[in-house]
Amino acid sequence: MRRGLILQAALVAALAAVVGFLAWNTAQNLESRRIASGFAFLWREAGFEIGERTLFAYSAADSYLRALAVGLANTFRVAAIGIVLATVLGTLLGLARLAPNWLLAKLASAYVEVMRNVPLLVQLFFWYAIISEVLPGPRDALNPLPGVFLSNRGIAFPLPGSTPELSGFNFTGGASLSPEFAALLVGLVTYTAAFIAEIVRAGILSVPRGQFEAAESLGLGRRDAMRQVILPQALRMIVPPLTSQFLNLTKNSSLAVAIGYPDLVSIANTTMNQTGQAIEGIAIIMAVYLTISLSISAFMNWYNRSVALKGLHR
Amino acid sequence: MSTAVSWLRRNLFSSWASGVATLAILYLAWALLLPFLDWAFVKAIWWAQDSKACRDLQGAGACWAFIAEKHRFIIFGTYPYEQHWRPGVASALLIALWCVSALRAFWRWWLSLVWVAGLALIATLMWGGVLGLTYVENERWGGLILTLLLATFGCAFAFPLAILLALGRRSQLPAVRAVCVGYIELVRGVPLISLLFMASVMLPLFLPEGLTIDKLLRAQIALILFAAAYLAEVIRGGLQAVSHHQYQAAEALGLGYWKRTLFVILPQALRFAIPPLVNTFIGLFKDTSLVVIIGLFDLLTSLKVSLQEPAWTGFGVEAYLFAAAVYFLFCWAMSLYSQGLERDLARGGAPRLLRET
Repeated sequence: MRRGLILQAALVAALAAVVGFLAWNTAQNLESRRIASGFAFLWREAGFEIGERTLFAYSAADSYLRALAVGLANTFRVAAIGIVLATVLGTLLGLARLAPNWLLAKLASAYVEVMRNVPLLVQLFFWYAIISEVLPGPRDALNPLPGVFLSNRGIAFPLPGSTPELSGFNFTGGASLSPEFAALLVGLVTYTAAFIAEIVRAGILSVPRGQFEAAESLGLGRRDAMRQVILPQALRMIVPPLTSQFLNLTKNSSLAVAIGYPDLVSIANTTMNQTGQAIEGIAIIMAVYLTISLSISAFMNWYNRSVALKGLHR
Repeated sequence: MSTAVSWLRRNLFSSWASGVATLAILYLAWALLLPFLDWAFVKAIWWAQDSKACRDLQGAGACWAFIAEKHRFIIFGTYPYEQHWRPGVASALLIALWCVSALRAFWRWWLSLVWVAGLALIATLMWGGVLGLTYVENERWGGLILTLLLATFGCAFAFPLAILLALGRRSQLPAVRAVCVGYIELVRGVPLISLLFMASVMLPLFLPEGLTIDKLLRAQIALILFAAAYLAEVIRGGLQAVSHHQYQAAEALGLGYWKRTLFVILPQALRFAIPPLVNTFIGLFKDTSLVVIIGLFDLLTSLKVSLQEPAWTGFGVEAYLFAAAVYFLFCWAMSLYSQGLERDLARGGAPRLLRET
């Protein structure tokens, strides 16, 4: 007991000493390099344009704070759309791996193997290269579905009431995704879906075989058995690891900085380069991601409790 | 003949839906896979003096000549040309170290000594400055070799740190536990890129004036700190899988905490944790690609730099397919190994493992 106390006191003292040493060095270095500290810079004029904006109006004359908010909104946009699409694609792939059709099952498992064993960053560069090098210019845009145009300017697709049309060198009307956003979204969705597929498959396989047989002997068809007997039970196994995939997707969206999509990290990076205030910039990135991580896990814990077996843990 | 037909019926056309899926997949293979194979193999240019032959194809075939032309640079980066045998031997040693560690006959305590000796030898080869080898500063290390080095040194140094963190997280001492939980959750909650930024721009500010660590080592430190948090959680899982009786038995023998942990608990916990540990290593191997963002010269950077040469711009698809293939080969080998091991451990179960030691 005594030894435990001494050990803990020593650990805390050592940590405090290290932190103190680093803080003192940092203060010295900042002074000698004449770098300002504190968050006052947030209210200064940013002076750079942002190519893509969600929710916020922004111009170069706005403050760094507003620029960072635009970045955060962009992060949320790609993460939210990505999570929905990855869940859909991942579930389909997971079911496909268990399908009785041999070709379908093999194809799905090959997909999962390839995607999981190639770094996401390489995949992002690849998609970006496909869009910028392989796709034609807007004039000869690919038109796979009516109203949908793929070109090296990104993806244009129709909204209710307005369809994209070529005018000059780009499309107007409808809605469009920039090449950066499209590459990031496709990369995140196809990569994360492979992991989700494995989670869905493992969840379904975790349901005891007797449950399938019981559903069958009740006269339920394959689809009804899946929907009413198997999936509700599998969901309990699926939700916790699914949470961490949602978190991973959100954290991985920070790779946007490598292909030039203006997410939080890439705006913070520009801010750090312009102001030299690296400590504050990184603190902002870390604080934001920690907040997102903690809130997603809190939400998923709540959801997990609501699908858990009722009455077992009274 | 009839067996083939019945196999087809059972596996490809068992129902209407299944038959439609089969036909749809075959159509997609015809529409997408054939043109791709045509581009990647049939019409591709494998060898060329310059990029003109590739340009003449206008995208009808892949330009693998780009990879062939730049292969030395892609593998060795800016390492002095006439010294390329050194990183070559070093990476052979690295891969040998991995293979030796993969064999269960070598899962003994002295394996850690083999690693220390191996890593020391690799560092000597890469840096030089002794035994008549010329000194090569780490700014010149690069290419595929750097990727392998970052991943291997990352795992090797993160592993002991992760064991301490995992033990700390399960410690009875509240302060130790709080520090370990705080560290693990903090690192796992933020993206790796923020740690790499921290290493590249913030770490220099932390150090006393006059003392500098170069960029490669800073990134390596960030990777180690990052990997340690993830490995710690895997090892904690292994620790939890060790039966409670083992703890009690060790205690009944009168063993103190460290003896109990080192000789009874950890050897079992690590064996339970090996398959997920390999998966975490695969993750770290893939994550080393992120150093391109802070400007280190790994495999991906050397490809990007090659693409910037005016003669070879516009062959990004080939470059990244090549990078994907390289990463895939390494990661797939590791994942096959981990799957095999998992099956093996599941079949033999814990008791046989214990008998072996």
